[in-house]
Amino acid sequence: MPAGASALSLARPRTLKAALALLAEDPELMPIAGCTDVFVGLHFGTSGQRRFIDLWGLDELRGIALVRPEPSEAPVLRIGALATYTDIIASALVRRRLPMLVAAAREIGGAQIQNRGTLGGNVANASPAGDTLPVLAAANARIVLRSAGAERRVAMGEYYTGYRTSVRQAHELITAVEIPPVAGRQWWRKVGTRKAQAISKIMMAGVRGPVVRIAIGSVAPTVVVADKTARCLSAGGTLAEAQALLGDEITPIDDVRSTREYRHQVAQNLLAQFWRETE
Amino acid sequence: MIVTINGKRRRLDVAPMRRLLDVLREDCGLTGTKEGCGEGECGACTVLMDGVAVDSCLVPAAHAEGRAVVTIEGAAAAKRSARALQHAFVEHGGAQCGICTPGMIMAALPLKARSSRDQIKTALAGNLCRCTGYIAIFQSVEAALSPARKGARARRR
Ligand SMILES: Cc1cc2nc3c(=O)[nH]c(=O)nc-3n(C[C@H](O)[C@H](O)[C@H](O)COP(=O)(O)OP(=O)(O)OC[C@H]3O[C@@H](n4cnc5c(N)ncnc54)[C@H](O)[C@@H]3O)c2cc1C
Ligand code: FES
Ligand code: FES
Repeated sequence: MPAGASALSLARPRTLKAALALLAEDPELMPIAGCTDVFVGLHFGTSGQRRFIDLWGLDELRGIALVRPEPSEAPVLRIGALATYTDIIASALVRRRLPMLVAAAREIGGAQIQNRGTLGGNVANASPAGDTLPVLAAANARIVLRSAGAERRVAMGEYYTGYRTSVRQAHELITAVEIPPVAGRQWWRKVGTRKAQAISKIMMAGVRGPVVRIAIGSVAPTVVVADKTARCLSAGGTLAEAQALLGDEITPIDDVRSTREYRHQVAQNLLAQFWRETE
Repeated sequence: MIVTINGKRRRLDVAPMRRLLDVLREDCGLTGTKEGCGEGECGACTVLMDGVAVDSCLVPAAHAEGRAVVTIEGAAAAKRSARALQHAFVEHGGAQCGICTPGMIMAALPLKARSSRDQIKTALAGNLCRCTGYIAIFQSVEAALSPARKGARARRR
């Protein structure tokens, strides 16, 4: 790289408000946070992007807190988009309310990546192999999107529209992720190659409570919420019945990392492991 | 922009999206920081930014503005713990070709004295070595952090 790094421009607003105003004027600006995805893209020359807007300095997007968006609602865990994996691992609040996110964060890259990679960046990057996505989907999280004019919340299950596409419009930023209370035991497992290296082969997050929830990554163009499988288990179905349903809910592909059959088998095994370990 | 590099305040005139790695090596002449992969996988380019280990190949120069950056040159000159690490790497065969060594030492610096083998492995999980097979590296770090060694106490952050 970046042969043309000197030709790349970077706007550096000091506040969220200023950032949103800049994006309203020029939605082609690409946001950067910890740059652990953006700089890899630039290095490979796969990113044709030339103009960027820097979010890294917006400390107002860093906080982790319990908040009550609606007075009638139970408090939700709000994690700012710029919270890094290191922030998440260190947060007693996240450890208490969403331990499966801490488990996932610990397995993302090495310390250098955890110190820079952000939750908002993982969600926005929209990779089907994004490790936090199954966790957020299993926890029924919603993504908070803000533009100069408005704020909206989108349920994780509706956020992604296809391979690396989402409902986020170019003039919107992810400001936070909100997670309602999760009832039941939380479970997370990632099957990959070397722990600290980039891409997962398959990962599963599960919640075993009054209502079972299961979400799986790397088995389809976007994260899969395995509703039928989870409903079967919630209703007292057997593991074998649930496994049969799971096979229909995922559509893994062959690629350089694994084959389709391998991923099917691993998904079945993970489901069995989840069920056994949360008994 | 103003950056404190190895304890010295410097004014740098650099494009904001250049890699901190290139700014350090090309503009500051600090070639102790190595480039292995250029994509965050190997950790050879590790430096400390405000005491925190980062891959300088993934940091835009703009993010160093107003921060304190420490490279292997500065660590060795300023910190007893870094010197202890260097000696331990020599003594215990933690360095062979040496390409990964500056990154290994920078990644190990934030570790506290008496860190366990597991804590050491976690701190170095983002650093690849193609020569040693890691055992000698873990032993070197362990030796440097063990209280029995004089001057080996690692500073926090
Ligand atoms: C060596 C290595 C190992 C990795 N390991 C893993 C892993 O194990 N699991 C995993 O899931 N990922 C992994 N990653 C990928 C990456 O670290 C994560 O996706 C990280 O969370 C990205 O966050 P970031 O802040 O660095 O994002 P950036 O690189 O700064 O941005 C990523 C994308 O998100 C957009 N964006 C960022 N923030 C916002 C926002 N607030 N609003 C709107 N858009 C935004 C950017 O425009 C860009 O498109 C790895 C990367 C590397 C280099
Ligand atoms: S050169 Fe930066 S991590 Fe390999
Ligand atoms: S000593 Fe050669 S890469 Fe580690």
